[in-house]
Amino acid sequence: MKKYWHSVTLDKDLCKGCTNCLKHCPTQAIRIQGGRAKILKERCIDCGECIRVCPYHAKKAVTDGFDMLKGYKYNVALVAPAFYGQFSRTEDIDTILTALIKLGFDDIFEVARGAQEITKKTNEMIDSGELLKPSISSACPAVVRLIAIKFPNLIGNIVPLKSPMEVSAAQARYEAIKKTGFKAEEIGIFFISPCAAKTTFIKGNYTVNKSDVDGVISIKDVCIKMSRHLQKIEDVKNLRTAGKSGILWATSGGEAEATKTERFISVDGIHNVINVLEEIEDGKLLDIDYVEALACPGGCVGGPLTTENSFAARSKIQRICKYIDDGNKPFDSKQNFKWDQSIAYKPVMNLDPDINEAMRKMNLIEELYEQMPKIDCGSCGSPSCRAFAEDIVRGYAKETDCIFKLRDLANEALQLKNKNK
Amino acid sequence: MAEVMKLHYVVSGDDFTRAGETSSKVKKTLNQLGFRPEVVRKVAIAMYEGEINMVIHADGGTIDVDISSDEIVIVMQDKGPGIPDVEKAMQEGFSTASNNVRELGFGAGMGLPNIKKYSDVMEIDTQVGKGTKLRIVIYAKE
Repeated sequence: MKKYWHSVTLDKDLCKGCTNCLKHCPTQAIRIQGGRAKILKERCIDCGECIRVCPYHAKKAVTDGFDMLKGYKYNVALVAPAFYGQFSRTEDIDTILTALIKLGFDDIFEVARGAQEITKKTNEMIDSGELLKPSISSACPAVVRLIAIKFPNLIGNIVPLKSPMEVSAAQARYEAIKKTGFKAEEIGIFFISPCAAKTTFIKGNYTVNKSDVDGVISIKDVCIKMSRHLQKIEDVKNLRTAGKSGILWATSGGEAEATKTERFISVDGIHNVINVLEEIEDGKLLDIDYVEALACPGGCVGGPLTTENSFAARSKIQRICKYIDDGNKPFDSKQNFKWDQSIAYKPVMNLDPDINEAMRKMNLIEELYEQMPKIDCGSCGSPSCRAFAEDIVRGYAKETDCIFKLRDLANEALQLKNKNK
Repeated sequence: MAEVMKLHYVVSGDDFTRAGETSSKVKKTLNQLGFRPEVVRKVAIAMYEGEINMVIHADGGTIDVDISSDEIVIVMQDKGPGIPDVEKAMQEGFSTASNNVRELGFGAGMGLPNIKKYSDVMEIDTQVGKGTKLRIVIYAKE
């Protein structure tokens, strides 16, 4: 595994070098160089903001294809609850899951079941008093990465539990082995994902030693294939076993509502998440016990790999949940829900490993910044004048990349020429 | 020679929503300079509390931050009413903030106690009717 593998990538041929992604990236991980966007890998948290704002669809999330299913004897689709909100004319979960199986899977497993298990475990941990307050949910991988690079003081506040997807994958494999007698490695577990960051987590093994998910297929890819025969399903099977409290994790507020505390915040949208984390780091929000923080607008239903408008999907999921019970099928595999390893602070914003050298650079940045137009236009290829000053000092940019600086120089040259006439 | 960075800020006295902007900026700067997260957190909290005090009680003031690899020195100065009884003001829960201010979630009487808790040195120089100068030092070395 390379040091930084990312699901979010750029299609150079489609990129026009505009400033949309540059201006929206919450970690300033994008630069425009030579008329094309460039992602600074160590800063990218795979939140998918750039995918959402790119008008040319040049930003993509790499996922796996259906071909991968051929590598296994028995394939299980691991279904994110956001999937249930993607179909405009079908709201019956059993119909949706029956149609999904027909795409070539042998069985399905609902991640909402894992969500219910994680809720149980979280409540146990809240009761035991072992968590730092406010405790921050670990459900959103983009938020976990964000904390690792920008909020080192809050690493200890993250509830160190695996994601519902990860524990579901382990249980799915366990159930499949019991049912078929196949070996563990003969079973393929495929996550049907609304999320790019999950893919990065699976391939990068951030908080688990080795992910139990074998492949990731985007909800988009599945929906395109399913739309053809969803209306023709006749032999609907009883496949739903998850309860509504797990399914509601797909929308913001769902996870927090299911916890035992009333003093919670549910915040969605990566920029809102940053604001809340800033306040927690500054010692504000002391009356809050639990924070559900989701990078995508509206929660996972707003994921960059979904097809339906997140507001419509939210409405649909809430409607579906009105008419179903909260019964679930508890997990019976022996697995550890806690992280195999904790996350470490990655000081990717640092100017220099040596503080004195960093201060020398910072003083240079301040001097340069004072000379800048401060309109943050992005034409130089950096997201703001401040970031541009940093890039110059880091050696990634030169002052004449600023069109205003260039204009001044051109004017000076012109005046000199006129004088000499 | 060891580098020093000097930062100067003016805190306006009429806007609660902007209180905290200065500590936020300093936090970002210290993070980029590579100070340990615990140090950054102490500075951010101590400065934020001081900033709020300036806004609530003293109609704003100035903040000077001197950063070196050994320590961070913060001097907060205002021309406010001064603190008549410093010992009392240091007690947790003691507050002279108005009801309006408390309604906004401030004035819990934790300002100065928190600053003391999160700083390594704290000196108050205050004169009733003239103003207050608060000097805070936070050591950066382990």
